[in-house]
Amino acid sequence: MIRRRMALPTQPMAVITTVMLLILVLVAIFAPMWWGEQAVAADPDAIGLPPSSEHLLGTDKLGRDILLRTLVATRLSLVMALAATGLGAVAGLVLGALPAVLGPRAQRWFADVIATWLAFPVLLLAMLTVILLGPGAITAVVALAVTMVPSFARLAQTLSARVAGAEYLAAARMLGVSRGRQFTHYVLPNIAEPVIVNVTMSVGGGLLALSSLSFLGIGVQPPQFDWGRMLSEGFAQVYVSPIAAIGPGVAVVFAGLAFSLFGEALAAFLRNRGGSRALSRRRLGPAPRAATPAQQSAPPALLEVEGLCVSFPGESGWQRIVRDVSFRVEAGELVGVVGESGSGKSVTLMSVAQLAPAGAAVTASRISFDGTDIAPLSDRQASKALGTKVGVVFQDSLTALNPALRVGGQLAEVPRVHGGSSRADAHRQAVEALGRVDIPNPEQRAQQFPHEFSGGMRQRALIAMSQMGSPSLIIADEPTTALDVTVQRRVLVMLRKECADNGAAAIVVSHDIAVLGELCRRIIVMYAGRIVEDVDATLLARSDALAHPYTRALAASLPDLDTDRSAPLATIPGEPPDLSQELPGCAFAARCPFATDRCRTEAPPLRAHAHGGRVACWHPQDGMSREERPRAEVTV
Amino acid sequence: MTALAPTPTAVVAASERRSRRGSPWLRFLVGRVWRALVAMWVIVTAAFIVLRVAGGDPVRAALGVTADPSVVQARREQLGLDRPLIVQYADYLWGLLHGDLGVSLITGRSVNEIVAGRLPATLELAGISFAVILLVAVPVGLFVAILTQGGRRRGVEVTFTGITSFIAAVPEYLLGVLLIIVFAIALHALPVAGQSGPASYVLPVAALSIASSASIARIARIEALATLGDDYVRTARSKRLPAAMIYFKHALPNMLTATLTIGGTMLGTMVASGVLVEQVFNWPGMGTAFVQAITSKDYGIVQGLALVYAAIILVVNLLVDVVLSILDRRTTLMETA
Repeated sequence: MIRRRMALPTQPMAVITTVMLLILVLVAIFAPMWWGEQAVAADPDAIGLPPSSEHLLGTDKLGRDILLRTLVATRLSLVMALAATGLGAVAGLVLGALPAVLGPRAQRWFADVIATWLAFPVLLLAMLTVILLGPGAITAVVALAVTMVPSFARLAQTLSARVAGAEYLAAARMLGVSRGRQFTHYVLPNIAEPVIVNVTMSVGGGLLALSSLSFLGIGVQPPQFDWGRMLSEGFAQVYVSPIAAIGPGVAVVFAGLAFSLFGEALAAFLRNRGGSRALSRRRLGPAPRAATPAQQSAPPALLEVEGLCVSFPGESGWQRIVRDVSFRVEAGELVGVVGESGSGKSVTLMSVAQLAPAGAAVTASRISFDGTDIAPLSDRQASKALGTKVGVVFQDSLTALNPALRVGGQLAEVPRVHGGSSRADAHRQAVEALGRVDIPNPEQRAQQFPHEFSGGMRQRALIAMSQMGSPSLIIADEPTTALDVTVQRRVLVMLRKECADNGAAAIVVSHDIAVLGELCRRIIVMYAGRIVEDVDATLLARSDALAHPYTRALAASLPDLDTDRSAPLATIPGEPPDLSQELPGCAFAARCPFATDRCRTEAPPLRAHAHGGRVACWHPQDGMSREERPRAEVTV
Repeated sequence: MTALAPTPTAVVAASERRSRRGSPWLRFLVGRVWRALVAMWVIVTAAFIVLRVAGGDPVRAALGVTADPSVVQARREQLGLDRPLIVQYADYLWGLLHGDLGVSLITGRSVNEIVAGRLPATLELAGISFAVILLVAVPVGLFVAILTQGGRRRGVEVTFTGITSFIAAVPEYLLGVLLIIVFAIALHALPVAGQSGPASYVLPVAALSIASSASIARIARIEALATLGDDYVRTARSKRLPAAMIYFKHALPNMLTATLTIGGTMLGTMVASGVLVEQVFNWPGMGTAFVQAITSKDYGIVQGLALVYAAIILVVNLLVDVVLSILDRRTTLMETA
C-alpha cells in the first residue's frame, strides 16, 4: 500500500507540469551554450524586423533575434528566481524556527516583527533595497529574498509550533533520542512537505516579481537581459512591432505557470496520500436502490418511509450508509432511533428531511409526508412540499446556529419567509418562542449572537427555532449529545413539552438508549444502515422481551442499579461491517453469538413480530410465539 | 495561536485582561491602531536610514557626478543635510507630524504637491479595481462552489481551476501590455494610455483586477465550499428558506471573513502592482512619479511617496481588520482574549 503511494504522481496535472519544468531546465542549460552569441549579436541590417521564417518572432531595435534572446534569457531568469527563493526560504525558515529555542517571550516578539514585516508592501521593500544597493541582477535577487523572508518565517513558525507540541516528539524525547536524530527523523519529515510545496510555488511568484523589477528598469541592467528586461524593451517599441513583447511574455507566463502548477500538483499529491479520492459519478454508476418492492401499508400515517437507501461516493464504489429502511411515524408519536455511530441513523433522518449532505445519493420507493409522496420530487419541490411542516433540532448547537447572525433574527426568518409576517411581528414571535423554552430575558437574548449563549441555552434556542413554523413533525438529531449530563434532561423535557403542546410528532436520534427509553414510545434500532428492530420502549427495561440479539446487547450494556459494579461493563465484541461492500447476509452475523449459516448468506427481512413491533432476525431471542401479545401499551 | 497550551504567564495575563474595563471590541481596535502606528514608525525610520545613511550622498546622486561642488554644497545646506543625522531625523519626524513629506532633491518641489496632484488618480485606479475584484471574484467563487458541492461536476471544477491558475500566472504589467496590444493598437477600441474620460479607465482597471480576481475567486470557492458544508447552512436549509437567502444571508457573511482576510493582504500587493500598471498605461498617479523618482535617483520624492504608499497599505489593512471584526465578532474576540 505504502509502496504504491510512494510511486510517482500519475495525475495528468503532475505529468504536464513535470514536463513543463523539464523543458525549462533543458532550455536554461542548453540555450546559452548553443545560441548565446547569436542572441547578443547586433545586426544593423535587421533592426525591428517583423516575424519571418528567419526570425520567427522578429528582431529587436538592435537587430537581435527575439526568439533566441527569449530562450537564452531562460537561464538568467530561472537562476535569479531560484536564488531569490532559496535565499528567502533559508533566511525565513531559520528566522521562524529560531524563536522556538529561545522561549515564549522571544517567540511573541518575533511574531510581532514578522507580522509587521509581512505588512510591508513587496514592491516598496524591493525598491528600498534597490536604492540601498544600486540596480542590478544581484540587487534584485536580494530585494526579492528580503520580501520572501517574512512569509517563510511565518510558515516555519506555524510548523515548528505544530511539531514542537506533537506527542511523537515528546515520546522520542522521553525515549532519549538524541537532538540531531530528533531533528532529522521527527522534525524534518513533518515540516518538509509544506516547505517544499511553498518553495516551489514561491519560485513561480518570484519569477514574476523579478521580471516586473526588470520591467521597471531597476532589476537586470544591460547588457545582461532577462525576460522582464526584454519585455520592457519590447514594450518600448510596442507600436512598431507588438510581437516583440509576445515572446518574453509567453516565456514568463509559461515558467510562472509551470512552477505554481507543479507546486499545486505536489500539494494535491501529498494531501491525497493519506486517502485516495472518491470515484467520479460516471465511474460509480447508478446509486443503489432497495431491492424489495414497496409494501402496501395500512391506514396512512404522518410519515411513511419505504425502501430508503442513502449512498456516498467512495474510493471503490458506493458506500451504502443506509440500506432499505422503512418505517412509519403516526401523528403525535414520539419515536426514538438508536444505534452505534455509523449505523446510518442521522443520515436516515436527514435524508427524510431533505437535508442529506451534498454528494449523497438518496433513493426511496416512497417518502410520504402528510399524504404527499416526496420521493419522486426534485430536491427543490420536496423542500417546498415539506415547508415548515418538519422542524429540525440539530446536534451541535454552536455550529448549527449561524455565528454571523443574531439569534432572534435566525428564529424570525421562519415566519418572515413562510408566514409573511412583518419584521416587527416576526421578531415578536421569535422572542415569544425563546421565552417558551425558558430563556431568560428573551427580548435582550434575541439581540445576541450565538456565541454569547451557553450550550444549554443554545440547544433550547434551536428547539425554539424548530417550533417556529408550528411543524407536525420534529426531527431531533442527537439533541443532547453535545451537552453536560445535567443539562441534557432539561432539554429533553423541553422537547417533549413542546411536542405535547403543539401535538407534533417527533423522531429523536441518539446513541443513548437510556435517554430514548425515557422519552419515547417506540424505539427503532439501527445497525449497519438497516433497521434491525422496531420495538415498544417499555420493553427496553425487560431485556428478555427484546427479540434481536443486537438490541439485547445494547440494552444489556446499560448499567443500572442492579448492575454488578465489580464486573466489567458489558460490551459487544467485534466491529461494525465495512459499508462499501454488498453484505450478503445479516450485517450483525459476525458479532452475533446465535448466528448460523443462513444468517451469513441470507439477509433477514424486517417483519412484524409477536412483541408488537418488527424484527429483522432469523433467530429472535424473546421466545415469543406469534399468538402472544405484549402487555397493554403504556403511555409515556 | 489558539492551539498553544496556556502557560502560567498567559493565564495571569488573561485574568488581568478580564479585570480591565472596556469592551473587548474597543480594546481590539486600540490594539490594532497601536500596531499600525508602530509599523508606520518603523517604516519611516527605515526609509530615513536607507536613504540618508546607506545610500551615499543623496544630493550628489540626484544632481549627478558632473554637478558643480558648490551647487551640491548649496543644495545640501538648503536641505539641511549638513547637520548631524540625529537632528535631521528629529527634523524629519517633526515635519512628517505636520504633514510635510519632504522635497524633491532635484527640483526642490514639495512632495506634498506631487502627492496632492497624483494621489487621486492612484486611489481611483486601485479603488475601482478592488471593487471590481470583489464584485467579480466572490460571486464567481460562490457560484462555482455551489455547482461543485460534494464532488459534483468535476468538469466544472477542473475548468475553473485551470482557467484561474492560468490567469493568475500572468503578471499585471504583462496583462497590461497584452491588453494594449489587442484593444488599443490592434482594435483601436480603447485609449492606449493616460487618464482621459471613462474609456481610459477600462484597460488599466482590467489589467489590475483580472489576475487578482482569478486568485480571489479560487480562495472564495474554497471558503464557500467550507461554508456551504457548515452546520448552520444545513440549519438554514431545514428552515426551507429560499436558495438566494441561504447563500447570500447565511453563507456569504461567513465566507467573506476568510476571503477578506486574504483579500486584504492582497490589497497591499495590489498597490504595488498598481505602480507597474500605472507605468504601463502612463497613468498620472503616484506610481509613475515613484518609478521616475527612482530612475532619476530623486530620493527625496522616493522617500515621501514610499511613506504615502506604506500609510495607505497600513490604513487599508486596519480597515480590513475592523470590517472583519464587525462581520465576525466571535473569531476576533477569541483572538484577542
